[in-house]
Amino acid sequence: MMKEKNNIYETRRRFVKKFGKLLAILPVAGLPIVLLKKTSAKGYVWQIDPYKCIACGLCKTSCILTPSASKCVREYALCGYCDLCGGYLKEGAKSIGTGAELQMCPTGAITRKFVEEPFFEYTVDEDLCDGCAKCVKGCKDFGNGSLYMQIKQDLCVNCNDCSIARNCPAQAVARYTDDQQYIKKDRPV
Amino acid sequence: MVKKFIKIILVLFILFWNNVASAQERFPRPEFQTDYVYPEHQMPLHRSQTWEYIDVGVLIAALLVTSWLAIKKRSRKGLIMMSVFSLAYFGFFRKGCVCAVGSVQNIALALFNDSYTIPLTVLLFFIIPLVFALLFGRVFCAGVCPLGAIQELTGFRSVKLPKSVESVMASIPFIYLALAVLFAAMESQFIICKYDPFVGFFRLNGKYTMIVFGALLIIAGIFINRPYCRYLCPYGVLLNIFSRFAEKHLTITPAECTNCRLCEEEACPYDAILPSNADRPHEDPAVSRKRFIRYFLLIPLFTAAGGFIFYNSAPALSAIHRDVKLAREIRAENEMGVKAISEAASAFKESGQTEEELYNDEKLVVSRFKKASLWTGGFLGLSLGISLFGMTMRKTRTEYKPHKGKCFSCGRCFKYCPVEVKTKTEKS
Repeated sequence: MMKEKNNIYETRRRFVKKFGKLLAILPVAGLPIVLLKKTSAKGYVWQIDPYKCIACGLCKTSCILTPSASKCVREYALCGYCDLCGGYLKEGAKSIGTGAELQMCPTGAITRKFVEEPFFEYTVDEDLCDGCAKCVKGCKDFGNGSLYMQIKQDLCVNCNDCSIARNCPAQAVARYTDDQQYIKKDRPV
Repeated sequence: MVKKFIKIILVLFILFWNNVASAQERFPRPEFQTDYVYPEHQMPLHRSQTWEYIDVGVLIAALLVTSWLAIKKRSRKGLIMMSVFSLAYFGFFRKGCVCAVGSVQNIALALFNDSYTIPLTVLLFFIIPLVFALLFGRVFCAGVCPLGAIQELTGFRSVKLPKSVESVMASIPFIYLALAVLFAAMESQFIICKYDPFVGFFRLNGKYTMIVFGALLIIAGIFINRPYCRYLCPYGVLLNIFSRFAEKHLTITPAECTNCRLCEEEACPYDAILPSNADRPHEDPAVSRKRFIRYFLLIPLFTAAGGFIFYNSAPALSAIHRDVKLAREIRAENEMGVKAISEAASAFKESGQTEEELYNDEKLVVSRFKKASLWTGGFLGLSLGISLFGMTMRKTRTEYKPHKGKCFSCGRCFKYCPVEVKTKTEKS
């Protein structure tokens, strides 16, 4: 009598276990089928849309890396090679020149080189750039916008949740498939 | 008079300057007389994708080795070596991203949003540990997860919490998982990544809040082992459920349990050893049946209550979405005169988007949040109901065995078993 009763419990328990296992297997097997159309072999990278960027400077402090993986880059073809450069010179600079007190860049990452009258070439040393975007704002407000922010893909550790994207007020940072790792600025704003 | 005129012109100039400027290039491209060549800008590419497939390969290999070590070889030393390897590879070398824990959010995002396609590697990172949990238990926690490894290696002492505290704390991961899925599905935030405690260590870089949180967890973990895994890890919830149906699972003893009770007290810091209870007194079946039915009826009640509570808190929950936050800020400025000072607000004003559009966006997001919150609350109520109901079931055990859901397969209990010690010494 007792033995029989035990048997009933055993089979019932086994049934529950089998049923539970089936319930557990279902989503594991079902998920790839559901996501079949939404899966791609391509990876993602984070990048800034320079046309949405407002040069607020949050890139500098938001990135989990110090210095930030987001840096100022140059689009030479867009540059006016101005003598009075809004990205190089501080607002209210007393004169035009290469003195440290005249420069906008707090780390001195931009160098000014004479090309020919009246043009000057500006280059960004990315090792020095900390992504504060001051020059970007200057160039955007007073120049052609040839200086702009981009996330350097060789530095970016590609977080699943980019903290620059999380903090970006203009929602300019988004995921892009990895065949589009940089968004070059090819037209003026 | 002239001065006034100049002023007006200046004002007009400033007003229209922006429009003129945005319509065309302010300064034309220079025509160089000398043979100046435009420098080409360096745009270095991201690390090749093949690395991510290598990671998947390493993940599978590590899971296989860990399963073998936990179930066949029964070697705690081997499992520690595995933890060290995973910490070094997935943690410090791969910088802890993408991990299986965070991949939950990518899955949720892909399931509920058409704009996001999930990379195959992320999908594999999510599924493979679950498949292994169905086969061999939580071997992923034992020696593959870098977050688990860092805590396993720093858990030196073990202090047991009272059972009541333990069971309440153990319900936090359910809430964390539910909210993480909700927020990811609503395209708001990836909170698991945002509050990841150890990724800052892996990168040797990070916000101080992150580092402090991680350090506190590690210090707590010296005494209360694996605090993140037990009281926070949202992926652990899934592993816990799946592992209960594991085909094969780590056992405390290699052969027959002698009920010596040596493993009862100190062997498991995770409170995951189920004692033998064959000698406990029998209860009146009528009483237990009544309780069984009562708790069964509680399940739908809890589910409905959870759904109700979350449905009604959806407007508050939706504040995590940036559009909703922005819309509320702008509305507060318009209606109550609270100046919108956030960067997002100024960016919005600059963008030329109308407030109408923003409010419509907000409405859409909140209504989506309501629907999703209903499900989230329902899930939480259901899991609470089921876990309470599970307590009414009497299971008679004649031996000491690990709780398949809670056991991390860490192998700490091996050395406490006299049968194990005997077989080991006989072998050598």
